[in-house]
Amino acid sequence: MFRRLPDLGGETVNFTIDGRPATARLGDTVAAALLASGMESCRTTPVSGAPRAPYCMMGVCFECLVTINGIGNRQGCLIPVAEGMAVETQKGARAIASEYSAKGDAA
Amino acid sequence: MKTIKDVASLSECYDLLIIGAGPAGMVAAATGAEQGLSTLLIDENPAPGGQIYRGITTTPVAAKETLGADYWRGTDLVHALTASDAVYAPETTVWSVGPAAEGTSDPGRMEVGVSVGGAARLIQARQVIAATGALERPFPIPGWTLPGVMTAGGAQIALKTSGLVPDGRVVVAGSGPLLYLLTAQLRAAGATISVMLDTTPLENWGRAIRHASDFLRSPYLGKGLKLLLGAERGMRIVRGVTAISANGDSQVKSVRFRHGSKEEELPCDVLLLHQGVVPNINLANAVGCALDWDEDQLTWVPQTDDWYETSVKGFAIAGDGAGIGGAESAALRGRIAALGAGHRLGRLSANDRDQRAAPVRAELMRASRGRRFLDVLYRPAKAFRIPKADDTIVCRCEEVTAGKLRETVALGVTGPNQMKSFLRCGMGPCQGRLCGLTVTELIADARGVPPTEVGGYRLRPPIKPITLGELAALPKTPAAIKAVER
Amino acid sequence: MTQNIETHFESEIAVIGGGLVGSATAYGLARRGARVLVLDEGDIAYRASRGNFALVWVQSKGLGMPEYAAWTKASAEQWSTLAKSLRDETDIDVAHHQPGGFVLCLSEAEMEARINAMRRLHNQPKMVQYPYEILDHNETKRRLPAIGSDVVGSVFCPLDGHVNSLRLFRALHTAMARLKVDYRPNSPVESIRPDHDGFLINGPWGQARVQKLVLAAGLDNARLAPMVGLHAPVRPSKGQVIVTEKAAPFLHHPMVTVRQTDEGGVMIGDSQEDLDFDTVVTPPVISLMAQRAVRMFPLLAGLNVVRTWSALRVMSPDGFPIYDQSQSCPGAFVVTCHSGVTLAANHTLTLAHHILEGVLPASLEAFSSRRFHVSSAA
Ligand SMILES: Cc1cc2nc3c(=O)[nH]c(=O)nc-3n(C[C@H](O)[C@H](O)[C@H](O)COP(=O)(O)OP(=O)(O)OC[C@H]3O[C@@H](n4cnc5c(N)ncnc54)[C@H](O)[C@@H]3O)c2cc1C
Ligand code: FES
Repeated sequence: MFRRLPDLGGETVNFTIDGRPATARLGDTVAAALLASGMESCRTTPVSGAPRAPYCMMGVCFECLVTINGIGNRQGCLIPVAEGMAVETQKGARAIASEYSAKGDAA
Repeated sequence: MKTIKDVASLSECYDLLIIGAGPAGMVAAATGAEQGLSTLLIDENPAPGGQIYRGITTTPVAAKETLGADYWRGTDLVHALTASDAVYAPETTVWSVGPAAEGTSDPGRMEVGVSVGGAARLIQARQVIAATGALERPFPIPGWTLPGVMTAGGAQIALKTSGLVPDGRVVVAGSGPLLYLLTAQLRAAGATISVMLDTTPLENWGRAIRHASDFLRSPYLGKGLKLLLGAERGMRIVRGVTAISANGDSQVKSVRFRHGSKEEELPCDVLLLHQGVVPNINLANAVGCALDWDEDQLTWVPQTDDWYETSVKGFAIAGDGAGIGGAESAALRGRIAALGAGHRLGRLSANDRDQRAAPVRAELMRASRGRRFLDVLYRPAKAFRIPKADDTIVCRCEEVTAGKLRETVALGVTGPNQMKSFLRCGMGPCQGRLCGLTVTELIADARGVPPTEVGGYRLRPPIKPITLGELAALPKTPAAIKAVER
Repeated sequence: MTQNIETHFESEIAVIGGGLVGSATAYGLARRGARVLVLDEGDIAYRASRGNFALVWVQSKGLGMPEYAAWTKASAEQWSTLAKSLRDETDIDVAHHQPGGFVLCLSEAEMEARINAMRRLHNQPKMVQYPYEILDHNETKRRLPAIGSDVVGSVFCPLDGHVNSLRLFRALHTAMARLKVDYRPNSPVESIRPDHDGFLINGPWGQARVQKLVLAAGLDNARLAPMVGLHAPVRPSKGQVIVTEKAAPFLHHPMVTVRQTDEGGVMIGDSQEDLDFDTVVTPPVISLMAQRAVRMFPLLAGLNVVRTWSALRVMSPDGFPIYDQSQSCPGAFVVTCHSGVTLAANHTLTLAHHILEGVLPASLEAFSSRRFHVSSAA
């Protein structure tokens, strides 16, 4: 869907999308990094299960919701991607119970 | 400028608190600090610039001509801000503004709910300027929720902040000067745009011509002509488009459109939509500012006085949030609003304030010239504001369709707030930002009354998400304990 | 005077107010074949129907008036009949569930107070009998695994349930439309005048003539009731509510202050403040509500709040409903209560019948506003 301009330079950042390694450019938001990675959609809706992808990139539409480091429904277009970040696409409503127990197990 | 990145480092109270670090907010902050006011500038983005100057301090797009001279003009504003004594809080959201609780020394103070990195806090401000800018007008067409369909402004943000360009078969659609600008920037960056679908109603020209004389003397003329001529080169432009739909199952695959009596379908990988920007009034609405319907710009606009103070004392709105005027006008209005706040705080005499504002107002007159022509010319067509097809989604979050809305009007639902109760439209995480105008206009149309009679969503804080955990950590009062622990 | 009048409606019976109480009653009347006119306000109104917590709640109701406990229990028992009737009429599923509900206690003192209240309630003479259980932390945890360690115990009652109250609201209005109820929004009632063959109702929209009248105007009943020889001394009581983003289902029972809707959002209620007609959301109150909810269910801490609001409950001096018929103006009734969701089944299935008959039965005597005259005289 998107490609990077040639010769951008800058530092790269390693992160994961659904567990698979990916790279972004330092300064990318999570949503931009996902668009650059060629990913089609970042979530399915809790209402009908329809796929959605970032729409406004400026924090108003809430289409870019993803799970970041185990926390669901984060606005990918407002959060800068960071080294080692674990980004996961979402299916339907946020799985708050499993998020919580995963956090408990980690602690 | 001092930068703060956690709630604990914020002071208890600021003289002037500004929300939004676009041109209006940056200038307001510098102007506030210049008067010796303790000034805090808050923005949810990682860097200053707002929408137009998005990523201006960080963009990887090095070739100056790609984003154009108007973009790079933002550098001066950032420098003025950086050189000032204002405090800047990036990646910080404002989720509420209300009157400070009783018992505070200064009864006129406002209480502002802020959140940084998962921690919330309530701080106080003696004057608040919301410089929350604009957002792109909703563009409800069949298929606009499909991945691969996004706003043209969204694609521009991806370009400015990350050096990304849309790839494959790219179609842009809509109307307005920004559409042409965004298209030019994307093309300059190397995107191949296969077709532009211009939805400007042809009959608008007739109406706009009456306001042409101002436009002909305005800076918009030269810029506009350059963009129009540029667009004609190497790209197909279809004018007078009256219907568009995006098609595909899990991803847009094609775009179908009508112009004149012709229907066409073209394969498409990315569809970029844009039909102008409207004030982002969610905060003003939740604060309780009186809003007016602007029939030219087809949107709600907060009522403001000469210094952009709203109907809520001590709460002003500067920039595009107070009505669309563009970046230059936003910066000027930011300065006027901060002078007004300085006077209300007793820092500037009325005389001083007026004298400092006079040249800014003259500039503003000049910068606003020709605006009316653009508003009238690019007033978006009804078909793209009030979807005809019943199965078109209006509320993206709750997936409420135009047909369902019309059906519910027939039950006797007269306005958006009752509609919300009936259908949940506007109740999702975007809080009506992407459906509010459509719902108001659709109800008005179905009832055959003007939008003013229908009204808009009434909003309540938090206007940006905060977690229950953050909320739970805020201070409690004895009255609250009495109200809750019964 | 008459030349200002733009509209003239006529009907057998008018219901004033189209909130949950008015529409449940109007639906009940229309189901029995009555020709009904509903006069309602517009888009912005003090409408408890939009702000409520959607519980069909039995436990803890009726301390001080055992008849109210019985009336509440009866409504909970016929709620599934109402839900089915609405589904048949409109195809709308109002998501009525009666899995039993909990009151969770966060300290020994709260637990003791709750147990005492339940004992006093159930020891009242003439009190209707129904089961409830007092559970300690472990038993509560067994039934509600998501609770936190701060929960010391709970009271469980199998009769408690909940619905989707917004869908209920829509279903009632849809059903009214199907049954040809004449629903008139933007038609606030200014005055009512009784005359020889019924009532003349006036407002800026015009005039309506009806034979019978039901006042279901929530807080405005206080003003309207005296016009037809009734008394409804109701006052606003502010309740603030928080609602979160949608989450996958994790909470399968309603609590009195926390519930997960069938759509996934978590609602947190419900404060109580007597502050006149003020509907501002105040951070300290919602903060405390959030804190208590998180102590009850720690996993809630990470959920995003999408909305808060406050609504005004319609409270009589003793908190119990008022059902009354006018002695001086036969055919005029008043219906007012603050648990319009719980009592919706009674309003549709029982009360509407009595109103059509023209007299309220002796069993509803206790709800007459005469009880306030007695106490003020005493
Ligand atoms: C997507 C998009 C692209 C555009 N591109 C161009 C362009 O290329 N050229 C052009 O001339 N015009 C463009 N415009 C129009 C232009 O944005 C405005 O004319 C100008 O930016 C207005 O300046 P402002 O200061 O009023 O608001 P903005 O520049 O929009 O700044 C508002 C800031 O407030 C922040 N904010 C809002 N709410 C909160 C909150 N609750 N808490 C914290 N921060 C908050 C926002 O994130 C933003 O950074 C664009 C508009 C949009 C929507
Ligand atoms: S893409 Fe719209 S909020 Fe992130």
